[in-house]
Amino acid sequence: MDLTLADLEIGDVATIESFDVEKLPMKLIEMGCLPGNKVNLLQVAPSKDPLYLNISGSFLAIRRETALQIIVRK
Amino acid sequence: MSKNLNVALIGNPNTGKSSVFNQLTGLNQKTGNYPGITVEKRQGVCRLPRGVKARILDLPGTYSLNASSLDENVVVELLLNKNDKDFPDVAVVISDVENLKRNMLLFTQIKDLNIPTILVINMSDRMNRKGISIDAEKMEELLQAKVVLVSARKNEGIHTLKQHIAAYKNISTAPCVSIAEIDQDYFSSLERTFPNQSLYKLWLVITQDVNFARIERQKMEAHDANHMRSGSFLKRLQQKETIKRYQYINNVLKACYDKDSAKATDLRGRLDRILTHKVWGFVIFFLVLFTIFQALYDWSSVPMDFIDTSFAQLSDWAKINLPNWLAPNLIAEGVIPGLGGIVIFVPQIALLFLFIAILEETGYMSRVVFITDRVMRRFGLSGKSVVPLISGTACAIPAIMATRNIENWKERLITILVTPFTTCSARLPVYLILISLVIPNERIIGANLQGLVLMFFYLLGFAMALLAAFVLHKTLPKKQTSHFVVEMPNYRIPLLKNVVITIVEKTKSFVLEAGKIILAISILLWVMASNGPGATFKNAPEIVAAQAAVTEANFEQKLSAYKLEHSYLGYIGKGIEPIIRPLGYDWKIGIAIVSSFAAREVFVGTLATIYNVGDSEEETIKNRMSAETYSDGTPVFNLASGLSLMVFYAFAMQCMSTLAIVRKETNSWRWPAVQLVVMTVIAYLGALATFQYFTS
Repeated sequence: MDLTLADLEIGDVATIESFDVEKLPMKLIEMGCLPGNKVNLLQVAPSKDPLYLNISGSFLAIRRETALQIIVRK
Repeated sequence: MSKNLNVALIGNPNTGKSSVFNQLTGLNQKTGNYPGITVEKRQGVCRLPRGVKARILDLPGTYSLNASSLDENVVVELLLNKNDKDFPDVAVVISDVENLKRNMLLFTQIKDLNIPTILVINMSDRMNRKGISIDAEKMEELLQAKVVLVSARKNEGIHTLKQHIAAYKNISTAPCVSIAEIDQDYFSSLERTFPNQSLYKLWLVITQDVNFARIERQKMEAHDANHMRSGSFLKRLQQKETIKRYQYINNVLKACYDKDSAKATDLRGRLDRILTHKVWGFVIFFLVLFTIFQALYDWSSVPMDFIDTSFAQLSDWAKINLPNWLAPNLIAEGVIPGLGGIVIFVPQIALLFLFIAILEETGYMSRVVFITDRVMRRFGLSGKSVVPLISGTACAIPAIMATRNIENWKERLITILVTPFTTCSARLPVYLILISLVIPNERIIGANLQGLVLMFFYLLGFAMALLAAFVLHKTLPKKQTSHFVVEMPNYRIPLLKNVVITIVEKTKSFVLEAGKIILAISILLWVMASNGPGATFKNAPEIVAAQAAVTEANFEQKLSAYKLEHSYLGYIGKGIEPIIRPLGYDWKIGIAIVSSFAAREVFVGTLATIYNVGDSEEETIKNRMSAETYSDGTPVFNLASGLSLMVFYAFAMQCMSTLAIVRKETNSWRWPAVQLVVMTVIAYLGALATFQYFTS
């Protein structure tokens, strides 16, 4: 099983491995969600949804369903 | 007359673009809409060195030229259309020193359109605190553009920016990234089909969403089906383009940007740990809401009383002093009370805009979106629906406009449809007068009973909105999943200038919009109440004088009551009486309900007109209403009918302006029609149940 962004714990830092470009919004990609970039899970709302991230310097929140699409490496 | 210089301010949201705009133009600005759509258009004038005048256009915030919303599309359409009268001679891209890398993505896209471009690095006053240093000269050289360090907060760098704008002709228009390098085959074939055109512009036209830039796209499809490829092919190319741009940006920043993280202070982290906490986050949110509602009532009562008495005095003055050709009765009894009915809301609406502006400027609103998203989704809403639902307590119109940043169409539609259930300020005067009539002024366990009932109706509005959202969520078909990406901006102290300008602009447009409708309705009402069909109205004085119980003293009063009953308005009220009888209302209340279908706040004013207050003695409208009885002596306004009326106003869709804005935002008459019918049916049944329960 691949590790996804949704599997991270608060405080974890990981590197984005890959994702299906069709399943992610262009806006997220433009904000720096690109393979090779670092991502840091800062906070989660109840039920781990949404997730509050720092992706390569951009601070943003995405829903769990989107985070499940992004494969990462610790 | 020399041609004015056109300047476009472009930038990501949360970069302080509006602050730069406010610094450049001051109060010398005006807000309107782009033709045909409700996207807000802010324009202003700025004086440049050597007497040149610049027209500054503050474009909606966007993350890139790949538009995903109506607001963002405005930017792309303007920049692609050289013939637009607003097409910029020079583009000023605003960036935030802490998000420079991401902000520069948009900068490279704008520059690739061959428009002279200035990069403003805003919030430069924070550089020291964040350990950032920038070699601006080196950066200018690498980007082949002008770079200005600005602090809009401290008014630093604005003068330099103005000089660069004035000298825009010296700015290079060389592109940053060669789009053809992304896919040689695709772009060389595109070039063969459209020789001598900018490849990047062609690419932008091709990749716009189907909904956007429709006309140009159809034109292209006709000529060139070859390059229209599948969506996934285009999206993959867009990703490649983004990677390419970031490579370029990283190379530039490596040479001229440095950040020493050891020096940075972490205010964001510390505040976020509390404000987005699973428990404390919610506690603080409710405390904030509680404070806002308390302040809305506590701080607004004095100015509201003042406005109330001022308009009453103005009305008396007009009646006596206006010349006859100005129709003093129409002005004193129709126009002035009608306008007073809207101006009285100004203190509350201004206060509400103040709080919303503060919540947004500080960055707190994004945290609320974050913590509430999951809960709201159970009702088919989004965390982003919280802002409209809260704003709805002032007025549904700005609230519905605030739904625009909800990406998911179904969530946005549900938010638009249920927002009118929240208790807007127009319902308040209706509640206030009815509560004072039918709810005893007592204390229950230390709390004011009238206050509790008022709070109950606010909660009822929110509960109904959530319930309706849940039903819609289960019944509306699920469209494609669209994504939720919320930027979490830095915490900032709000700029006084921004907050003041927001309040003034929003309040002004509310008063003007609502004022027009109310003015029209109050004139119409007055005319319909002072005229009637046939001889029964025309011969009113003789008929009344012939009645047995009429004396010299009560003649005027009897006459006006008789006239009203036989006026056009009276016949309308009588006509609908059978329908509203089961709710506990008489024909006079019927008139008030009919007239307030255009705007709820008309209710009190209409009753004032109908009961003809101040005609004989110094009586208040409240005393007149409580003295109203049926022929058997029971009061018209009793506990059952009063509560029934409040329930009716809580649920009914009585606001033409809201329907108009829903039509605009959903682009069809279907949804406002659904709102009107469904909400009215719910209101009728709710009022019926209330009345029957309290009378039995």
